[in-house]
Amino acid sequence: MINKPTPVIDADSRQYWEGAKSKKLMMQYNKNSNEYFLYSSSLGGIKHNENIEWKEVSGRGEIYSFTLVHAPAGEAFKDDIPYIVALITLEEGARIISNIIIEEGEKISIGDRVTVHFEKYSEELTIPKFKLVK
Amino acid sequence: MQRTANPSTAVRFRPGPPIKDFNIMSKFPCIVGASDFPLQDRGKAKEGNTELTIQRYCAQKALEQAGLNFSDVNGIAVAGMWGVPGPGIMQPNVLTEYLGIKNPRWLEGTNIGGSTFLLHVNHACQAIEAGICDTVLILYGSMQKSKMLRSLGNRLAIYSNQFEVVAGLPLPVGAYAMAAQRHMHTFGSTKETLAEIAVATRAWATMNSNAAFQDPLTMEEAMSSRIITSPLHRSDCCLVTDGGGALVLTSHEKSKNLKTNPIYIRGYGETNSHSSINYMPNLERLEIAEFSSSNAYKMSKLSPKNMDLTMIYDSFTITVLLTLEAIGACGPGEGKDFVKDGNIAPGGSFPLNTNGGGLSYCHPGMYGIFTIIEATQQLWGLCGERQLDDPQNAICHGTGGVLSSASTLILSKEKN
Repeated sequence: MINKPTPVIDADSRQYWEGAKSKKLMMQYNKNSNEYFLYSSSLGGIKHNENIEWKEVSGRGEIYSFTLVHAPAGEAFKDDIPYIVALITLEEGARIISNIIIEEGEKISIGDRVTVHFEKYSEELTIPKFKLVK
Repeated sequence: MQRTANPSTAVRFRPGPPIKDFNIMSKFPCIVGASDFPLQDRGKAKEGNTELTIQRYCAQKALEQAGLNFSDVNGIAVAGMWGVPGPGIMQPNVLTEYLGIKNPRWLEGTNIGGSTFLLHVNHACQAIEAGICDTVLILYGSMQKSKMLRSLGNRLAIYSNQFEVVAGLPLPVGAYAMAAQRHMHTFGSTKETLAEIAVATRAWATMNSNAAFQDPLTMEEAMSSRIITSPLHRSDCCLVTDGGGALVLTSHEKSKNLKTNPIYIRGYGETNSHSSINYMPNLERLEIAEFSSSNAYKMSKLSPKNMDLTMIYDSFTITVLLTLEAIGACGPGEGKDFVKDGNIAPGGSFPLNTNGGGLSYCHPGMYGIFTIIEATQQLWGLCGERQLDDPQNAICHGTGGVLSSASTLILSKEKN
């Protein structure tokens, strides 16, 4: 069996993955502009010394777009097909990309409300995923 | 639901207004050589070839068309995905050495994905305008099919891509699928819309003896082809083939002594917005193509209605739909009606991707150069069965990465 890819955790993602281990969804927050973001900012440039801090966010949001994957991203995901990868717009405004876990018979659409669900892979890695709000 | 920021502005594309004062074309850069590479067996290079022999073949053909030699070349641009880690990281060095280019004065090796070669032409125009060089060779070669190099996975979970790789997004197709889903949601396009594009493109490929797929494709076959990642089916995805191409650019002055009729580059544009699909501003609109093409139109003083041929990098059918709406062939959301009823197929009113595109002709990984080769050959009148009736102007548009980068060219038989 081929292991799933694990993130190469770096300065801009450490708090996200660390937070997930204790079931907290963490985002970067720019105090100057009152805007949240994950990793990269397309908000018109963030300076290195700008007023940035990591904050826990609600974990609630809505589906911006999604795809139901039938041709997996390599052997490691073969047993999971079909699975959903989605772009989610959080209530706080940041967009993130993750999986949506659905129960049998559930269907999803753009605009559906979702909430975070932490999936523990190992002592080192917990992945924030999402489920539909019922 | 409470919000502190508007989601539609969470990620924004803000390139500013189009570039002003484009009146810098005094040397009238032009294409005088353009060749692709012969393929066989559903898109394979004949055994014994390498990425380098492919590029040498195409370069020699393109130079011969113009009546030039390798010794005339004083600028070189090349990019590709082979030879990494290793010499492929520095492709201009490899090709200069291999081809025996003695005194290159201008080098270009930028890689922004499949749109790269349109960007190389842009930059070559700037170098020719500036008088840095006057004979530029633009090259591409790939053996990705023969070497079985492509996979939807095996991406490293690093930098801004780490989240999507961990989530198992097949790349690049999954990113394009999410754009298609969003386009369908916003504008009411359907899987029939996408199939129309695949079918029309294949109809053009039936007239290209170098195309990997030359049998007609029906709507039923397209829509019942295997689902890859919703809403994209197999027929919505580009091929995996080998291949290559070369272009030779020079100035109007120098072209007077050459064998081919110069095809002038009347306008160009380029930009980008993101690397990971998570940071694409609006997935239902290709804003980078709007910006890039509007610059190209402005520079050329031509408009969408002046274009006799449109060559769009068709990595996926959705790329074509988004690009048509972005470059002014039709308005945002109008693509679903625009592509109907054979409008973009042979015999339709809007000739598009007449070589059969990345969907049916070839797709060696970075297809952009083939949009320029086909447009040039159509303007020369050399396209045989699929030749259009005396086209004067063509637009080429390339998309790279995951709808990440854009580059546009406007080509014409007339210099101004």
